[in-house]
Amino acid sequence: MSEAHPAEPTEFTYVSSREATDLVALDDRYGLWIDGTFRTPTSKRYLTTVNPATEEPLAQVAEAGERDVDRAVRAARRAFETWGRLPGKERAKYLYRIARMLQERAREFAVLETLDGGKPIKESRDVDLPLVAAHFFYYAGWADKLEYAFPGIRPRPLGVAGQIIPWNFPMLMLAWKVAPALAAGNTVVLKPAETTPLTALAFAQLTAEAGLPPGVVNIVTGGGETGAALVRHPGVDKVAFTGSTEVGKLIQKAVAGTPKRLTLELGGKAPHVIFEDAPVDQAIEGVINGIFFNQGHVCCAGSRLFVQESIADRFVDKLKRRLSTLRVGDPLDKNTDIGAINSPEQLDKITELVDSGVEEGAEIYQPPCRLPERGYFFAPTLFTGVSQSHRIAQEEIFGPVLSIMTFRTPDEAVEKANNTPYGLSAGVWTTKGSRILWMADRLRAGVVWANTYNKFDPASPFGGYQESGFGREGGRHGLLPYLEGVPR
Amino acid sequence: MRVDVRKTYKLFIAGGFPRSESGRSYPVADTSGKVVARAAAASRKDLRDAVRAARGAQPGWAGRTGYNRGQILYRIAEMVEDRADTFVSQLRVGGRTRAQARREVERSVDRLVWYAGWGDKFVQVVGNMNPVQGDFFNISTPEPTGVVGIIAPEEPALLGLVSRVAPVIISGNTAVVLASERLPLPAVTFAEALATADVPAGVVNILTGPKDRLIPYLASHRDCNAIDAWGHGWEGLAEIEAAAADSVTRVVRPPRTVDWTNERLAQSPYMIADFVEIKTVWHPKGL
Repeated sequence: MSEAHPAEPTEFTYVSSREATDLVALDDRYGLWIDGTFRTPTSKRYLTTVNPATEEPLAQVAEAGERDVDRAVRAARRAFETWGRLPGKERAKYLYRIARMLQERAREFAVLETLDGGKPIKESRDVDLPLVAAHFFYYAGWADKLEYAFPGIRPRPLGVAGQIIPWNFPMLMLAWKVAPALAAGNTVVLKPAETTPLTALAFAQLTAEAGLPPGVVNIVTGGGETGAALVRHPGVDKVAFTGSTEVGKLIQKAVAGTPKRLTLELGGKAPHVIFEDAPVDQAIEGVINGIFFNQGHVCCAGSRLFVQESIADRFVDKLKRRLSTLRVGDPLDKNTDIGAINSPEQLDKITELVDSGVEEGAEIYQPPCRLPERGYFFAPTLFTGVSQSHRIAQEEIFGPVLSIMTFRTPDEAVEKANNTPYGLSAGVWTTKGSRILWMADRLRAGVVWANTYNKFDPASPFGGYQESGFGREGGRHGLLPYLEGVPR
Repeated sequence: MRVDVRKTYKLFIAGGFPRSESGRSYPVADTSGKVVARAAAASRKDLRDAVRAARGAQPGWAGRTGYNRGQILYRIAEMVEDRADTFVSQLRVGGRTRAQARREVERSVDRLVWYAGWGDKFVQVVGNMNPVQGDFFNISTPEPTGVVGIIAPEEPALLGLVSRVAPVIISGNTAVVLASERLPLPAVTFAEALATADVPAGVVNILTGPKDRLIPYLASHRDCNAIDAWGHGWEGLAEIEAAAADSVTRVVRPPRTVDWTNERLAQSPYMIADFVEIKTVWHPKGL
């Protein structure tokens, strides 16, 4: 490379460490998973799902129409008659079996997740899939212990759950939805995201191999219209949605006045607050993980950084240096930190919001990095000089973009941190224990990470305040949306 | 002969008893049609003032200890018991016999005492530690959602009101209540009980008047965190929920039928839980 200095020692050249994809066998075309088998869609329509890192098509998946959704809901209803009455300990064994099979095939699912969604393999391998299996294992154990979950209440399943999940954590969101629903004795019709349907379809096949009775899990692929048909279907008893606040509001309106139960896990614009006494090196890693995990396609991403004024310059300098060490590119490369943006639409949205940040007067920083020529990629980005009213400080970007602001006093930090309609998550870094608890009390957020960030666990409830939605997923609290409680 | 001094029935906002800013009132009639009093007809602006008062009072109320809120609820029970005769006569306007009216007052007092005891306990039932993987301390605790709009039922005018206000405020929420429109007098007397029970100003605000006109504003008010529709029933619920959806405000739905006198069905720690947010805090363990 540097011919000008031939005498100098050879530069290190990067050799990628690419995960093999031979474990994944894809069909050219997938039907809808209804009643334990793939069915040709009556809509006769198909969508192509693309690898966002290469723009190459991976497979065609069916686009379920209203009649297809109806068939899926009916299948789920029929299955509920037996599944809902199955002793909890038997339901538990199916779920344990699914958890074990997911562990057995973790590598295959991780690779497929990365191929279809663009997330770095080290994340799908080390974060997504282990959590997916853990979720099924955790809720399996609740299936025959529901009487102990909520004192004074006799639990009963609701019936058919219509579940709509996003493209940022396709398998993990499936696990968050399906595991508690099944444990509680419900059956499900799940619609994966339009751009990431493949792991859900592989999961469908896995449930058949696990011997799960037909109709207990049904997967209808498609876009927004498929989701709307599922939400509207009168045979659905419970709607669970994870996605944007905008769509969440439409769903809440669609469900208004019907007997359907609803939980919403919506957008966020999480504050990440760094006090001057924070352990700086750890905090830098926390901030990096907070915003660049999964390319920032994370509803709880720490996208608004508040640094105490006294250390702001030093902290931002360090952050910029750390940014330059991030490896952006091929998601299948085991060393990649930031993979592909999920879709061209999302790339446009990120680009538009970043442009607005520049236009509104914030100062942009991007480390020098070469992005792959094909595929959808965006360089890690920082903004300094951001004010509370800037769009990049108010709107969810859902990309690798961090808006940095400063504060002087804890009261000011709280006021700025709470200054959005959202309330999903928040982060605090300080070595003073009493300050952590003081902050945790005041931050309007469903999850507060103190001296850590983006930690998830099946036993830990997740969900937001205000326009980030209502209801919790995970833990004992995550069972409640799938149960009807009859007072004893 | 001595002439009676009659009471003027007013609104209850921010701890004070204003008339409606609209200058309007409406007649309250007994079952025979005889007008026994007039009540203030709250306007949209009164509702706005009430929500503002509730918002202002919320952090301070939530900042009290559960023990303290419990004592204050108990004190409300004392004040209601003390006014039992007044409540009885006002409930009789709605057609209750003396014995029925007395029973409703007693049940209301008992319900307040029941919820008073939850003040320093419900957190232990609704929250928990979470055994997560890795070295982390992880705890989920309930905290009040904020300002709650309560649509009280037309009847029972006192027991219905008390049954919904108590679970809302015991956790640290503040409330804006639309009282029974046809039988508003017990609600106004209840406000007087609140005003003498060390309940901080603005924690409970009570509006009497045209519910149908006020409900759409309450449901769509962006500073309400939750709407309690127990006293409203299912008819017209779709409009309330659709209006609330604009700010992702949750609506607590009523059961298909409500038996307000049944202790098993009309009081529960889960009714407190309907108006809280679960907050989960993570912290690493290590040296």
